[in-house]
Amino acid sequence: MQNARSRSRRRFLGLGAAWSAALVACRGKSVAPPVEPKALGAAVSPYGSRSKYEKTARFFNQNTKVPLEEASSRTPLHDTYGIITPSSLHFERHHSGVPEIDPSVHTLTVHGLVDRPLVFSVDELKRLPSVSRIHFLECSGNSGGEWRGGSTESDVQRIHGLTSCSEWTGVPVATLLHECGVHPDAAWVLAEGADASKHDRSIPMSKIMDDAMVAYGQNGEPLRPEQGYPLRLLLPGWEGNANVKWLRRLKVMSQPAMSREETSKYTDLMPDGTARQFTFHLEAKSIITRPSGGDTLVPGAFCELTGIAWTGRGTIVSVEITTDGGATWQQAELQKPVLRIAHTRFRLPWKWDGKETLLASRCTDDTGYTQPPLPELIKVRGMNSQYHNNGIQAWKVASDGKITNGNRA
Amino acid sequence: MAAGVLVAVIAARAIHAQSPGFGVGHAPSPEQLKQIDIDVTPDGKGLVPGHGTAATGKDVYTRRCETCHGPTGKEGPQEALSGGKGSLATPKPQKSVGSYWPYATTLWDYINRAMPFDHPSTLTPDEVYSATAYVLFLNGIVGEQDVLDETTLPKVQMPNRNGFVSDPRPDVPLKRK
Repeated sequence: MQNARSRSRRRFLGLGAAWSAALVACRGKSVAPPVEPKALGAAVSPYGSRSKYEKTARFFNQNTKVPLEEASSRTPLHDTYGIITPSSLHFERHHSGVPEIDPSVHTLTVHGLVDRPLVFSVDELKRLPSVSRIHFLECSGNSGGEWRGGSTESDVQRIHGLTSCSEWTGVPVATLLHECGVHPDAAWVLAEGADASKHDRSIPMSKIMDDAMVAYGQNGEPLRPEQGYPLRLLLPGWEGNANVKWLRRLKVMSQPAMSREETSKYTDLMPDGTARQFTFHLEAKSIITRPSGGDTLVPGAFCELTGIAWTGRGTIVSVEITTDGGATWQQAELQKPVLRIAHTRFRLPWKWDGKETLLASRCTDDTGYTQPPLPELIKVRGMNSQYHNNGIQAWKVASDGKITNGNRA
Repeated sequence: MAAGVLVAVIAARAIHAQSPGFGVGHAPSPEQLKQIDIDVTPDGKGLVPGHGTAATGKDVYTRRCETCHGPTGKEGPQEALSGGKGSLATPKPQKSVGSYWPYATTLWDYINRAMPFDHPSTLTPDEVYSATAYVLFLNGIVGEQDVLDETTLPKVQMPNRNGFVSDPRPDVPLKRK
Protein backbone atom coordinates (compact mmCIF):
# COMPACT_ATOMS: atom_id res chain seq x y z
CA MET A 1 0.00 0.00 0.00
CA GLN A 2 2.71 2.42 1.03
CA ASN A 3 4.60 1.78 -2.18
CA ALA A 4 1.87 3.47 -4.15
CA ARG A 5 0.71 6.06 -1.67
CA SER A 6 3.74 8.24 -1.06
CA ARG A 7 5.33 8.23 -4.46
CA SER A 8 6.27 11.88 -4.73
CA ARG A 9 7.68 12.04 -1.22
CA ARG A 10 9.76 8.93 -1.84
CA ARG A 11 11.12 10.44 -5.01
CA PHE A 12 12.16 13.47 -3.01
CA LEU A 13 13.85 11.33 -0.37
CA GLY A 14 15.30 8.97 -2.92
CA LEU A 15 14.37 6.05 -0.68
CA GLY A 16 11.88 3.20 -0.71
CA ALA A 17 8.96 3.66 1.70
CA ALA A 18 9.94 0.68 3.83
CA TRP A 19 13.48 1.98 4.22
CA SER A 20 12.41 5.49 5.13
CA ALA A 21 10.05 4.06 7.77
CA ALA A 22 12.89 1.93 9.13
CA LEU A 23 15.22 4.94 9.24
CA VAL A 24 12.71 6.97 11.21
CA ALA A 25 12.25 4.05 13.61
CA CYS A 26 16.04 3.67 14.13
CA ARG A 27 16.64 7.33 14.92
CA GLY A 28 14.99 6.93 18.31
CA LYS A 29 14.80 10.04 20.51
CA SER A 30 16.65 12.34 18.10
CA VAL A 31 13.40 12.84 16.19
CA ALA A 32 10.35 14.13 18.03
CA PRO A 33 7.36 11.80 17.72
CA PRO A 34 4.48 13.22 15.69
CA VAL A 35 2.05 15.15 17.85
CA GLU A 36 -1.40 16.55 17.24
CA PRO A 37 -1.53 20.35 17.33
CA LYS A 38 -2.61 21.83 20.66
CA ALA A 39 -3.12 25.40 19.52
CA LEU A 40 -6.43 26.68 18.20
CA GLY A 41 -7.06 25.80 14.58
CA ALA A 42 -8.02 28.07 11.73
CA ALA A 43 -11.37 29.85 11.66
CA VAL A 44 -14.23 29.06 9.30
CA SER A 45 -13.78 30.30 5.75
CA PRO A 46 -16.05 31.21 2.83
CA TYR A 47 -14.61 28.76 0.29
CA GLY A 48 -12.61 25.66 1.19
CA SER A 49 -9.18 24.72 -0.03
CA ARG A 50 -7.14 21.56 0.30
CA SER A 51 -4.45 20.86 2.87
CA LYS A 52 -1.16 22.60 2.20
CA TYR A 53 0.45 19.17 2.28
CA GLU A 54 -1.41 18.03 -0.83
CA LYS A 55 0.31 18.99 -4.07
CA THR A 56 -1.22 16.77 -6.75
CA ALA A 57 -2.00 18.76 -9.89
CA ARG A 58 -2.99 18.59 -13.52
CA PHE A 59 -0.07 17.98 -15.84
CA PHE A 60 0.60 19.88 -19.02
CA ASN A 61 3.63 20.06 -21.24
CA GLN A 62 5.06 23.58 -21.27
CA ASN A 63 7.85 22.88 -23.74
CA THR A 64 5.77 22.59 -26.86
CA LYS A 65 5.07 24.65 -29.95
CA VAL A 66 1.36 24.28 -29.17
CA PRO A 67 0.11 27.51 -27.54
CA LEU A 68 -1.10 26.84 -23.98
CA GLU A 69 -4.49 28.29 -24.93
CA GLU A 70 -4.85 25.40 -27.37
CA ALA A 71 -3.30 22.74 -25.16
CA SER A 72 -4.56 20.11 -22.75
CA SER A 73 -3.92 19.40 -19.10
CA ARG A 74 -4.31 15.96 -17.60
CA THR A 75 -6.06 14.61 -14.50
CA PRO A 76 -3.77 12.97 -11.90
CA LEU A 77 -5.56 9.62 -12.08
CA HIS A 78 -2.96 8.06 -9.79
CA ASP A 79 -3.88 10.43 -6.98
CA THR A 80 -7.68 10.57 -7.28
CA TYR A 81 -9.98 8.13 -5.50
CA GLY A 82 -13.44 6.67 -6.08
CA ILE A 83 -15.25 7.76 -9.23
CA ILE A 84 -15.63 11.56 -8.98
CA THR A 85 -12.89 13.83 -10.27
CA PRO A 86 -12.55 17.04 -8.25
CA SER A 87 -13.62 19.92 -10.51
CA SER A 88 -10.24 21.57 -9.94
CA LEU A 89 -8.49 18.50 -11.38
CA HIS A 90 -10.84 17.82 -14.32
CA PHE A 91 -8.78 17.54 -17.50
CA GLU A 92 -8.74 20.48 -19.90
CA ARG A 93 -8.60 20.74 -23.66
CA HIS A 94 -9.25 24.16 -25.09
CA HIS A 95 -9.11 25.33 -28.68
CA SER A 96 -8.61 29.04 -28.05
CA GLY A 97 -8.26 29.56 -24.33
CA VAL A 98 -10.73 29.90 -21.46
CA PRO A 99 -13.03 32.89 -22.01
CA GLU A 100 -14.19 35.00 -19.08
CA ILE A 101 -17.97 35.10 -19.33
CA ASP A 102 -20.40 37.10 -17.20
CA PRO A 103 -23.41 34.82 -16.65
CA SER A 104 -25.75 37.79 -16.26
CA VAL A 105 -25.25 38.74 -19.91
CA HIS A 106 -24.52 35.31 -21.45
CA THR A 107 -27.35 33.74 -23.44
CA LEU A 108 -28.10 30.55 -25.32
CA THR A 109 -29.84 30.98 -28.68
CA VAL A 110 -31.79 28.07 -30.19
CA HIS A 111 -32.69 28.65 -33.83
CA GLY A 112 -32.58 27.18 -37.33
CA LEU A 113 -35.27 24.69 -38.34
CA VAL A 114 -37.64 25.62 -35.53
CA ASP A 115 -41.02 27.35 -35.32
CA ARG A 116 -39.90 29.78 -32.63
CA PRO A 117 -36.22 30.79 -32.32
CA LEU A 118 -35.59 31.57 -28.65
CA VAL A 119 -32.89 33.21 -26.58
CA PHE A 120 -32.52 31.87 -23.03
CA SER A 121 -30.72 33.57 -20.18
CA VAL A 122 -28.74 31.43 -17.75
CA ASP A 123 -31.27 32.19 -15.00
CA GLU A 124 -34.15 31.12 -17.24
CA LEU A 125 -32.45 27.80 -17.96
CA LYS A 126 -32.02 27.22 -14.23
CA ARG A 127 -35.78 27.62 -13.74
CA LEU A 128 -36.58 24.74 -16.11
CA PRO A 129 -36.97 21.10 -14.98
CA SER A 130 -33.42 19.95 -14.22
CA VAL A 131 -31.55 16.65 -14.21
CA SER A 132 -28.34 15.60 -12.46
CA ARG A 133 -26.28 12.72 -13.78
CA ILE A 134 -22.81 11.34 -13.12
CA HIS A 135 -20.91 10.89 -16.39
CA PHE A 136 -17.32 10.65 -17.50
CA LEU A 137 -15.87 12.93 -20.15
CA GLU A 138 -12.92 11.72 -22.19
CA CYS A 139 -10.95 13.46 -24.92
CA SER A 140 -10.86 11.37 -28.09
CA GLY A 141 -7.09 11.96 -28.15
CA ASN A 142 -6.61 10.37 -24.73
CA SER A 143 -3.93 7.65 -24.76
CA GLY A 144 -3.22 8.59 -28.38
CA GLY A 145 0.54 8.42 -27.92
CA GLU A 146 0.30 4.65 -27.49
CA TRP A 147 -0.56 3.95 -31.14
CA ARG A 148 3.03 3.88 -32.32
CA GLY A 149 4.39 1.11 -30.16
CA GLY A 150 3.92 2.73 -26.78
CA SER A 151 4.62 6.30 -25.83
CA THR A 152 7.73 7.40 -24.02
CA GLU A 153 5.49 8.81 -21.32
CA SER A 154 5.67 6.59 -18.32
CA ASP A 155 2.85 7.35 -15.91
CA VAL A 156 -0.90 6.97 -15.94
CA GLN A 157 -1.54 10.72 -15.76
CA ARG A 158 0.53 11.52 -18.83
CA ILE A 159 -0.73 8.58 -20.85
CA HIS A 160 -4.42 8.47 -19.86
CA GLY A 161 -5.17 11.69 -17.94
CA LEU A 162 -7.63 13.09 -20.49
CA THR A 163 -10.59 11.44 -18.77
CA SER A 164 -12.53 12.73 -15.76
CA CYS A 165 -15.91 12.09 -14.15
CA SER A 166 -18.35 14.57 -12.60
CA GLU A 167 -21.93 14.99 -11.55
CA TRP A 168 -23.47 17.30 -14.13
CA THR A 169 -26.67 19.29 -13.63
CA GLY A 170 -28.64 20.99 -16.34
CA VAL A 171 -31.61 20.99 -18.69
CA PRO A 172 -32.29 18.28 -21.29
CA VAL A 173 -31.79 19.82 -24.73
CA ALA A 174 -35.03 18.08 -25.72
CA THR A 175 -36.90 20.40 -23.36
CA LEU A 176 -35.46 23.47 -25.08
CA LEU A 177 -36.17 22.13 -28.56
CA HIS A 178 -39.70 21.39 -27.54
CA GLU A 179 -40.12 25.00 -26.47
CA CYS A 180 -38.93 26.08 -29.93
CA GLY A 181 -40.88 23.51 -31.99
CA VAL A 182 -38.63 21.48 -34.27
CA HIS A 183 -39.34 21.08 -38.00
CA PRO A 184 -39.80 17.56 -39.41
CA ASP A 185 -36.66 17.81 -41.60
CA ALA A 186 -34.40 18.54 -38.61
CA ALA A 187 -31.58 15.98 -38.49
CA TRP A 188 -28.57 17.71 -36.91
CA VAL A 189 -27.90 20.37 -34.31
CA LEU A 190 -24.87 22.62 -34.57
CA ALA A 191 -23.48 23.48 -31.13
CA GLU A 192 -21.25 26.53 -30.92
CA GLY A 193 -19.19 27.99 -28.09
CA ALA A 194 -18.49 31.60 -27.15
CA ASP A 195 -14.74 31.05 -26.96
CA ALA A 196 -12.39 33.01 -29.22
CA SER A 197 -12.46 30.41 -32.02
CA LYS A 198 -16.23 29.75 -31.67
CA HIS A 199 -15.59 26.00 -31.44
CA ASP A 200 -18.43 24.14 -33.15
CA ARG A 201 -19.61 20.58 -33.76
CA SER A 202 -22.66 19.10 -35.51
CA ILE A 203 -24.57 16.57 -33.40
CA PRO A 204 -27.15 14.09 -34.75
CA MET A 205 -30.71 14.87 -33.63
CA SER A 206 -31.10 11.33 -32.22
CA LYS A 207 -28.41 11.98 -29.60
CA ILE A 208 -29.78 15.43 -28.84
CA MET A 209 -33.24 13.98 -28.12
CA ASP A 210 -31.90 10.94 -26.28
CA ASP A 211 -29.81 12.33 -23.43
CA ALA A 212 -28.06 15.60 -24.39
CA MET A 213 -28.01 18.23 -21.65
CA VAL A 214 -27.22 21.91 -21.39
CA ALA A 215 -25.23 21.73 -18.17
CA TYR A 216 -24.68 24.59 -15.73
CA GLY A 217 -23.66 22.56 -12.68
CA GLN A 218 -20.63 20.40 -11.96
CA ASN A 219 -20.18 18.51 -8.70
CA GLY A 220 -22.73 20.64 -6.90
CA GLU A 221 -21.53 24.09 -7.93
CA PRO A 222 -21.51 26.09 -11.16
CA LEU A 223 -19.29 24.74 -13.95
CA ARG A 224 -15.64 25.71 -13.66
CA PRO A 225 -14.55 28.23 -16.33
CA GLU A 226 -12.29 25.53 -17.80
CA GLN A 227 -15.36 23.32 -18.16
CA GLY A 228 -17.50 25.83 -19.99
CA TYR A 229 -18.87 28.31 -17.43
CA PRO A 230 -21.66 29.22 -17.46
CA LEU A 231 -23.12 26.67 -19.95
CA ARG A 232 -21.84 23.63 -21.77
CA LEU A 233 -23.30 20.88 -23.89
CA LEU A 234 -23.05 17.43 -22.34
CA LEU A 235 -23.31 14.39 -24.60
CA PRO A 236 -22.93 11.35 -22.33
CA GLY A 237 -20.37 8.88 -23.67
CA TRP A 238 -19.37 10.95 -26.70
CA GLU A 239 -15.92 12.36 -27.39
CA GLY A 240 -14.99 15.36 -25.30
CA ASN A 241 -14.70 18.03 -27.98
CA ALA A 242 -18.33 17.51 -29.08
CA ASN A 243 -19.44 18.51 -25.56
CA VAL A 244 -19.16 22.16 -26.57
CA LYS A 245 -18.14 24.48 -23.73
CA TRP A 246 -19.22 28.10 -23.19
CA LEU A 247 -22.28 27.15 -25.25
CA ARG A 248 -23.89 30.15 -26.94
CA ARG A 249 -25.89 28.68 -29.79
CA LEU A 250 -27.76 25.56 -30.92
CA LYS A 251 -28.82 25.65 -34.57
CA VAL A 252 -31.19 22.99 -35.84
CA MET A 253 -30.18 21.88 -39.35
CA SER A 254 -30.95 19.26 -41.98
CA GLN A 255 -27.25 18.50 -42.66
CA PRO A 256 -24.05 18.71 -40.61
CA ALA A 257 -22.16 21.99 -40.92
CA MET A 258 -18.89 20.17 -41.79
CA SER A 259 -16.93 22.39 -39.45
CA ARG A 260 -13.14 22.29 -39.33
CA GLU A 261 -13.22 20.20 -36.13
CA GLU A 262 -15.46 17.51 -37.67
CA THR A 263 -13.64 17.27 -41.00
CA SER A 264 -9.94 18.06 -40.73
CA LYS A 265 -9.35 17.44 -37.02
CA TYR A 266 -11.38 14.86 -35.10
CA THR A 267 -11.48 12.25 -37.85
CA ASP A 268 -9.70 8.88 -37.83
CA LEU A 269 -7.32 8.20 -40.74
CA MET A 270 -7.36 4.56 -41.90
CA PRO A 271 -4.61 2.59 -43.67
CA ASP A 272 -6.28 3.00 -47.09
CA GLY A 273 -6.22 6.79 -46.78
CA THR A 274 -9.91 7.21 -46.03
CA ALA A 275 -10.95 8.73 -42.72
CA ARG A 276 -13.76 7.83 -40.37
CA GLN A 277 -15.97 10.81 -39.61
CA PHE A 278 -18.43 11.45 -36.77
CA THR A 279 -16.80 8.77 -34.60
CA PHE A 280 -18.52 10.00 -31.47
CA HIS A 281 -18.68 7.05 -29.07
CA LEU A 282 -15.94 6.33 -26.57
CA GLU A 283 -15.68 2.57 -26.30
CA ALA A 284 -15.09 0.40 -23.23
CA LYS A 285 -11.77 1.11 -21.55
CA SER A 286 -10.06 0.47 -18.24
CA ILE A 287 -6.72 1.23 -16.64
CA ILE A 288 -5.00 0.29 -13.42
CA THR A 289 -4.24 3.62 -11.78
CA ARG A 290 -2.50 2.33 -8.61
CA PRO A 291 0.08 0.98 -8.67
CA SER A 292 1.13 2.27 -12.08
CA GLY A 293 4.03 3.78 -13.99
CA GLY A 294 6.46 5.55 -11.66
CA ASP A 295 5.63 3.45 -8.57
CA THR A 296 8.04 0.97 -7.01
CA LEU A 297 6.68 -2.26 -5.50
CA VAL A 298 8.02 -3.98 -2.38
CA PRO A 299 8.23 -7.80 -2.66
CA GLY A 300 5.74 -9.62 -0.47
CA ALA A 301 4.01 -6.43 0.70
CA PHE A 302 0.24 -6.14 0.35
CA CYS A 303 -0.75 -3.89 -2.52
CA GLU A 304 -4.31 -3.23 -3.63
CA LEU A 305 -4.65 -3.04 -7.40
CA THR A 306 -7.20 -0.37 -8.28
CA GLY A 307 -8.29 1.60 -11.29
CA ILE A 308 -11.18 2.90 -13.35
CA ALA A 309 -13.26 1.49 -16.19
CA TRP A 310 -15.83 3.24 -18.37
CA THR A 311 -17.80 2.90 -21.59
CA GLY A 312 -19.65 5.41 -23.71
CA ARG A 313 -22.07 2.72 -24.83
CA GLY A 314 -23.63 1.87 -21.48
CA THR A 315 -22.59 0.21 -18.24
CA ILE A 316 -19.47 -1.68 -17.19
CA VAL A 317 -20.40 -5.23 -16.18
CA SER A 318 -16.98 -6.69 -15.38
CA VAL A 319 -13.32 -5.84 -15.02
CA GLU A 320 -10.65 -8.52 -15.11
CA ILE A 321 -7.06 -8.11 -14.01
CA THR A 322 -4.01 -10.08 -15.01
CA THR A 323 -0.90 -10.08 -12.84
CA ASP A 324 0.97 -12.60 -14.98
CA GLY A 325 1.13 -10.92 -18.36
CA GLY A 326 -2.21 -12.21 -19.62
CA ALA A 327 -1.84 -15.93 -18.77
CA THR A 328 -4.71 -15.73 -16.28
CA TRP A 329 -7.38 -13.12 -15.50
CA GLN A 330 -9.14 -12.51 -12.17
CA GLN A 331 -12.41 -10.69 -11.56
CA ALA A 332 -11.93 -7.35 -9.83
CA GLU A 333 -14.56 -6.02 -7.42
CA LEU A 334 -16.62 -3.16 -8.84
CA GLN A 335 -17.51 -0.26 -6.55
CA LYS A 336 -21.29 0.00 -6.17
CA PRO A 337 -23.38 1.53 -7.49
CA VAL A 338 -22.05 0.98 -10.99
CA LEU A 339 -23.36 3.91 -13.01
CA ARG A 340 -24.13 4.12 -16.69
CA ILE A 341 -21.57 6.07 -18.77
CA ALA A 342 -19.52 6.84 -15.66
CA HIS A 343 -16.11 5.98 -14.30
CA THR A 344 -16.41 2.65 -12.49
CA ARG A 345 -13.89 2.02 -9.71
CA PHE A 346 -12.46 -1.50 -9.48
CA ARG A 347 -10.23 -3.12 -6.88
CA LEU A 348 -8.33 -6.38 -6.34
CA PRO A 349 -6.19 -7.36 -3.33
CA TRP A 350 -2.69 -8.49 -4.35
CA LYS A 351 0.86 -9.17 -3.23
CA TRP A 352 3.82 -8.94 -5.60
CA ASP A 353 5.98 -12.07 -5.56
CA GLY A 354 9.12 -10.20 -6.55
CA LYS A 355 9.27 -11.52 -10.13
CA GLU A 356 9.23 -9.47 -13.31
CA THR A 357 5.72 -9.37 -14.78
CA LEU A 358 3.04 -7.40 -16.63
CA LEU A 359 -0.09 -6.03 -14.94
CA ALA A 360 -3.17 -5.10 -16.96
CA SER A 361 -6.95 -4.71 -16.74
CA ARG A 362 -9.68 -5.26 -19.31
CA CYS A 363 -13.37 -4.45 -19.00
CA THR A 364 -16.60 -5.61 -20.59
CA ASP A 365 -19.74 -3.49 -21.02
CA ASP A 366 -23.41 -4.41 -21.24
CA THR A 367 -23.31 -4.51 -25.04
CA GLY A 368 -21.02 -7.55 -24.72
CA TYR A 369 -17.97 -5.61 -25.91
CA THR A 370 -14.67 -6.39 -24.20
CA GLN A 371 -11.78 -3.93 -24.22
CA PRO A 372 -9.33 -5.20 -26.85
CA PRO A 373 -5.54 -5.44 -26.77
CA LEU A 374 -4.08 -2.41 -28.58
CA PRO A 375 -2.54 -4.57 -31.37
CA GLU A 376 -6.07 -5.64 -32.37
CA LEU A 377 -7.09 -2.02 -32.86
CA ILE A 378 -3.89 -1.32 -34.80
CA LYS A 379 -4.56 -4.35 -37.00
CA VAL A 380 -7.88 -2.81 -38.09
CA ARG A 381 -7.07 0.91 -37.98
CA GLY A 382 -3.38 0.98 -38.86
CA MET A 383 -0.75 3.28 -37.40
CA ASN A 384 -2.06 6.62 -38.68
CA SER A 385 -5.15 6.72 -36.47
CA GLN A 386 -4.59 8.77 -33.36
CA TYR A 387 -8.00 9.06 -31.69
CA HIS A 388 -10.21 6.63 -29.77
CA ASN A 389 -7.54 4.35 -28.35
CA ASN A 390 -9.33 2.13 -25.84
CA GLY A 391 -6.76 -0.66 -26.00
CA ILE A 392 -5.48 -2.48 -22.92
CA GLN A 393 -2.72 -0.71 -20.99
CA ALA A 394 -0.04 -2.97 -19.56
CA TRP A 395 2.27 -1.94 -16.72
CA LYS A 396 5.66 -3.65 -16.64
CA VAL A 397 6.99 -4.58 -13.21
CA ALA A 398 10.78 -5.00 -13.28
CA SER A 399 12.61 -7.34 -10.91
CA ASP A 400 13.60 -4.34 -8.77
CA GLY A 401 9.90 -3.44 -8.40
CA LYS A 402 9.97 -0.40 -10.68
CA ILE A 403 6.85 0.02 -12.83
CA THR A 404 7.00 1.42 -16.35
CA ASN A 405 4.82 1.56 -19.46
CA GLY A 406 4.38 -2.06 -20.52
CA ASN A 407 2.97 -1.10 -23.92
CA ARG A 408 6.33 0.13 -25.11
CA ALA A 409 7.76 -2.13 -27.78
CA MET B 1 -41.83 17.87 -9.04
CA ALA B 2 -44.09 15.17 -10.50
CA ALA B 3 -45.53 17.69 -12.92
CA GLY B 4 -42.01 18.67 -13.98
CA VAL B 5 -41.06 15.06 -14.69
CA LEU B 6 -44.30 14.54 -16.60
CA VAL B 7 -43.65 17.61 -18.73
CA ALA B 8 -40.09 16.47 -19.43
CA VAL B 9 -41.36 13.06 -20.53
CA ILE B 10 -43.89 14.68 -22.83
CA ALA B 11 -41.21 17.00 -24.14
CA ALA B 12 -38.92 14.09 -24.95
CA ARG B 13 -41.58 12.03 -26.68
CA ALA B 14 -43.68 14.55 -28.53
CA ILE B 15 -41.16 16.92 -30.05
CA HIS B 16 -43.39 17.98 -32.92
CA ALA B 17 -46.44 18.53 -30.74
CA GLN B 18 -47.56 21.85 -29.34
CA SER B 19 -45.23 23.41 -26.83
CA PRO B 20 -46.26 22.97 -23.21
CA GLY B 21 -44.83 26.46 -22.71
CA PHE B 22 -42.63 27.05 -19.70
CA GLY B 23 -42.81 30.73 -20.48
CA VAL B 24 -39.09 31.27 -20.70
CA GLY B 25 -36.91 32.74 -23.43
CA HIS B 26 -37.57 35.50 -25.91
CA ALA B 27 -37.39 35.79 -29.68
CA PRO B 28 -34.04 37.05 -30.98
CA SER B 29 -34.09 40.16 -33.14
CA PRO B 30 -32.93 39.71 -36.76
CA GLU B 31 -29.81 41.73 -35.90
CA GLN B 32 -29.02 39.49 -32.92
CA LEU B 33 -29.38 36.37 -35.04
CA LYS B 34 -27.26 37.78 -37.85
CA GLN B 35 -24.47 38.54 -35.40
CA ILE B 36 -24.11 34.99 -34.11
CA ASP B 37 -25.38 32.88 -37.05
CA ILE B 38 -21.91 32.63 -38.56
CA ASP B 39 -21.62 29.04 -39.78
CA VAL B 40 -21.09 28.34 -43.47
CA THR B 41 -22.21 24.99 -44.83
CA PRO B 42 -20.95 23.11 -47.93
CA ASP B 43 -23.84 24.45 -50.03
CA GLY B 44 -22.57 27.98 -49.37
CA LYS B 45 -25.36 29.01 -47.00
CA GLY B 46 -24.01 31.50 -44.49
CA LEU B 47 -21.48 33.08 -46.84
CA VAL B 48 -21.61 36.88 -46.78
CA PRO B 49 -21.13 39.18 -49.78
CA GLY B 50 -17.53 39.79 -50.75
CA HIS B 51 -14.81 38.46 -53.02
CA GLY B 52 -11.11 37.79 -53.28
CA THR B 53 -8.40 36.13 -55.35
CA ALA B 54 -5.08 34.49 -54.53
CA ALA B 55 -3.45 37.61 -55.96
CA THR B 56 -5.18 39.81 -53.38
CA GLY B 57 -4.76 37.07 -50.77
CA LYS B 58 -0.97 37.04 -50.89
CA ASP B 59 -0.86 40.34 -49.02
CA VAL B 60 -3.42 39.20 -46.41
CA TYR B 61 -1.55 35.93 -45.94
CA THR B 62 1.81 37.64 -45.52
CA ARG B 63 0.46 40.08 -42.96
CA ARG B 64 -1.88 37.84 -40.96
CA CYS B 65 -1.03 34.15 -41.55
CA GLU B 66 2.60 33.63 -42.50
CA THR B 67 4.11 34.00 -39.00
CA CYS B 68 2.36 30.82 -37.86
CA HIS B 69 1.98 28.88 -41.12
CA GLY B 70 5.16 29.71 -43.03
CA PRO B 71 5.80 31.38 -46.42
CA THR B 72 4.22 28.58 -48.48
CA GLY B 73 1.92 27.08 -45.85
CA LYS B 74 4.24 24.14 -45.24
CA GLU B 75 6.87 25.50 -42.88
CA GLY B 76 4.87 26.00 -39.71
CA PRO B 77 5.47 26.32 -36.81
CA GLN B 78 1.70 25.78 -36.65
CA GLU B 79 -0.58 23.57 -38.73
CA ALA B 80 0.46 22.78 -42.32
CA LEU B 81 -1.93 24.35 -44.84
CA SER B 82 -0.49 22.90 -48.03
CA GLY B 83 1.39 19.88 -49.28
CA GLY B 84 0.94 16.21 -48.48
CA LYS B 85 -0.91 15.38 -51.68
CA GLY B 86 -1.15 11.59 -52.03
CA SER B 87 0.33 10.98 -48.57
CA LEU B 88 -2.77 9.89 -46.64
CA ALA B 89 -2.28 6.15 -47.21
CA THR B 90 1.46 6.24 -46.50
CA PRO B 91 3.31 5.72 -43.19
CA LYS B 92 3.81 9.50 -42.98
CA PRO B 93 0.48 11.09 -43.82
CA GLN B 94 0.43 14.88 -44.06
CA LYS B 95 -2.99 16.32 -43.45
CA SER B 96 -3.28 19.75 -45.05
CA VAL B 97 -6.10 21.82 -46.53
CA GLY B 98 -5.13 20.47 -49.94
CA SER B 99 -4.57 16.84 -49.03
CA TYR B 100 -7.31 16.34 -46.42
CA TRP B 101 -10.02 18.99 -46.12
CA PRO B 102 -13.20 17.90 -47.98
CA TYR B 103 -14.90 21.31 -48.39
CA ALA B 104 -13.58 24.75 -49.36
CA THR B 105 -16.47 26.34 -47.44
CA THR B 106 -14.99 24.91 -44.22
CA LEU B 107 -11.79 26.84 -44.87
CA TRP B 108 -13.71 30.11 -45.28
CA ASP B 109 -15.78 29.34 -42.18
CA TYR B 110 -12.74 28.56 -40.05
CA ILE B 111 -10.67 31.56 -41.14
CA ASN B 112 -13.73 33.75 -40.54
CA ARG B 113 -14.56 32.37 -37.09
CA ALA B 114 -11.17 31.58 -35.64
CA MET B 115 -8.23 33.15 -37.46
CA PRO B 116 -5.75 34.67 -36.84
CA PHE B 117 -5.38 32.59 -33.68
CA ASP B 118 -4.61 35.55 -31.42
CA HIS B 119 -6.94 38.02 -33.18
CA PRO B 120 -9.98 36.05 -34.34
CA SER B 121 -12.86 37.74 -36.15
CA THR B 122 -10.77 40.73 -37.23
CA LEU B 123 -10.63 40.02 -40.98
CA THR B 124 -13.09 41.70 -43.36
CA PRO B 125 -15.19 39.43 -45.63
CA ASP B 126 -12.97 40.37 -48.60
CA GLU B 127 -9.88 39.45 -46.59
CA VAL B 128 -11.42 36.08 -45.67
CA TYR B 129 -12.23 35.36 -49.34
CA SER B 130 -8.72 36.45 -50.30
CA ALA B 131 -6.94 34.37 -47.65
CA THR B 132 -9.09 31.38 -48.57
CA ALA B 133 -8.19 31.82 -52.24
CA TYR B 134 -4.48 32.10 -51.43
CA VAL B 135 -4.42 28.91 -49.34
CA LEU B 136 -6.29 27.06 -52.09
CA PHE B 137 -3.83 28.53 -54.63
CA LEU B 138 -0.86 27.26 -52.55
CA ASN B 139 -2.43 23.81 -52.95
CA GLY B 140 -2.92 24.15 -56.69
CA ILE B 141 -6.71 24.02 -56.31
CA VAL B 142 -7.56 27.47 -57.74
CA GLY B 143 -5.70 29.78 -60.10
CA GLU B 144 -4.07 33.01 -59.03
CA GLN B 145 -6.76 35.19 -60.62
CA ASP B 146 -9.80 32.98 -59.89
CA VAL B 147 -12.40 35.07 -58.06
CA LEU B 148 -13.95 33.46 -55.00
CA ASP B 149 -17.30 34.79 -53.81
CA GLU B 150 -20.65 33.53 -52.52
CA THR B 151 -21.33 31.74 -55.81
CA THR B 152 -17.93 30.37 -56.80
CA LEU B 153 -16.56 29.21 -53.44
CA PRO B 154 -19.10 26.38 -52.86
CA LYS B 155 -18.29 25.09 -56.36
CA VAL B 156 -14.59 24.54 -55.62
CA GLN B 157 -13.89 20.79 -55.75
CA MET B 158 -11.50 19.65 -53.03
CA PRO B 159 -9.22 16.68 -53.85
CA ASN B 160 -10.25 14.69 -50.75
CA ARG B 161 -13.98 15.42 -51.09
CA ASN B 162 -14.83 11.70 -51.08
CA GLY B 163 -12.24 10.63 -48.54
CA PHE B 164 -14.54 10.25 -45.54
CA VAL B 165 -16.53 7.24 -44.34
CA SER B 166 -18.99 6.74 -41.50
CA ASP B 167 -18.16 5.13 -38.16
CA PRO B 168 -18.16 1.30 -38.42
CA ARG B 169 -17.30 0.62 -34.79
CA PRO B 170 -17.28 -1.72 -32.96
CA ASP B 171 -14.55 -2.79 -35.37
CA VAL B 172 -13.04 -5.64 -33.33
CA PRO B 173 -14.75 -8.91 -32.33
CA LEU B 174 -17.10 -8.49 -29.35
CA LYS B 175 -16.20 -11.66 -27.46
CA ARG B 176 -12.71 -12.80 -26.53
CA LYS B 177 -11.17 -15.47 -24.32
